[in-house]
Amino acid sequence: MESNAILPVRKEGILGTIRTFLAELLDKRLVDSLFVPLELPGRENVVPTIVTSSDLITAVNPLAPIMSINSARLVSRLTGTSSSPQKVAIVMRPCELRALVELVKLKQASLDNLLLIGIDCPGTYSVNDYRRLIKENVFSLNDLLSNLTEGKEDPLLRNACQSCEYPVPLKTDFNLGLVGMDINTGIILEAKTEWAQKIFTALTLKEVSGDDRKAAVTRLISRRHERRETFFKHVRQDIRGLENMRSTLAACVNCHNCRTACPICYCRECFFDSPLFDFEARKYLSWAKQKGALRMPTDILLFHMTRLNHIVTSCVGCGMCTEACPNKVQVSDIFRLVGHELQKSFDYIPGRSLEEELPLTTFREDELSEIGL
Amino acid sequence: MTEQKEFEPVIIGFFCNWCTATAADLAGTSRMQYPANIRPIRVRCSGSVDPVYILRALLSGADGVIVGGCPPGDCHYVSGNFKARRRMSVLKKVLSNLGLENRVWIKWISAAEGAKFARVMNEVTEQVKKLGPNPLKSQWSV
Repeated sequence: MESNAILPVRKEGILGTIRTFLAELLDKRLVDSLFVPLELPGRENVVPTIVTSSDLITAVNPLAPIMSINSARLVSRLTGTSSSPQKVAIVMRPCELRALVELVKLKQASLDNLLLIGIDCPGTYSVNDYRRLIKENVFSLNDLLSNLTEGKEDPLLRNACQSCEYPVPLKTDFNLGLVGMDINTGIILEAKTEWAQKIFTALTLKEVSGDDRKAAVTRLISRRHERRETFFKHVRQDIRGLENMRSTLAACVNCHNCRTACPICYCRECFFDSPLFDFEARKYLSWAKQKGALRMPTDILLFHMTRLNHIVTSCVGCGMCTEACPNKVQVSDIFRLVGHELQKSFDYIPGRSLEEELPLTTFREDELSEIGL
Repeated sequence: MTEQKEFEPVIIGFFCNWCTATAADLAGTSRMQYPANIRPIRVRCSGSVDPVYILRALLSGADGVIVGGCPPGDCHYVSGNFKARRRMSVLKKVLSNLGLENRVWIKWISAAEGAKFARVMNEVTEQVKKLGPNPLKSQWSV
């Protein structure tokens, strides 16, 4: 059950096409509001915004290569307390959608009344890199998108994006497809669920086949897999072994920014902020005496290893943790590699489906006998 | 030449109240010997042992950690032991990055198995002795 249509790209360019589609959703009352990346007036940042009128549609920009925050966190803010009473179209990148699916499974967000619109992702730059390109007026959307469709590398993309194996969304209602398309003439709109089909019909779109695109998507993903393997080879050398891990985390100041930026780490009261970590002076001094010295703040390795244990099976590899680090600790490299290995062992892909149970909330009786008997 | 003192490891045991901790009592009342290297902590369920407690023990210098739970199908809380096993498999993978994955165990020992308790504790202690002291014991900068 999937319908595809070509949305033509005209002189307003590809963004014009996407904006027209989203404006139609609003104007025809097919949804009540949009949750979209919107350019701030100075254009140097693009931020998740709830938009209720199509007046602002020319500022909508889901293709800007910037993700200042993984918006799954914000959809959780929006729907975590109660599900949305109105229809909201949510436009997100693949890693944001995947994080959102995980948050729904963790009961931190609700998809009721949310129309998920995914978009093939050209990758993102660090916030300051993007701002510089805009200020210097040297950013080219065309170059960025042709890098994606032609599978070329872009060294300015964040590490997490360069080796991302999910440039195409996994679970959505609609997807706006760029890969495998001639983006100067049209992009493909894929309606993947019943709700999307209804809207598809209401918009009287002409159905086409999506087969040409499939081959291109497969090619792109297999290239990304190769790139990921090369990336993992380096990461393994960087983090395996106590000395390497310590050196990777050497600049950590235990500020917990990585946790705050992580879309999956949702606890309101983190164990590491609890009174259990308020120790008396004599405790610190006795630890120092035991080992001859004690690094302050304490428990840096414990913090990262615990966070790995708690959330790595749901890690979508968006890399926000590394972006949030004041000292450029490559936290996300650790999480990507360990996450990949563990997710593989549980045959689990975060964000793939709502039905697959989280690896740490389910079990099979006849498994892992090598671990426990 | 002074005789070198044999390495006496510190091993933390998280034992579930319903099975393994009871087995420890049974081993004791039956006068079975098991090494004093084991420092038992009774918990309500093996499924209640968050990995952070095991990590904290290891990063503070414990030489090994063993979690003891009810045998499959016998968990007092139905499935805590199976969930604990999944968590342990994640923990082992995480610890493999530090070379500590062989210092943690999860074992099913029922309340009736005092002898098994004593045997497992002996085995675990022997294995930790072979591994030698936890390299993190003397690390001040972790």
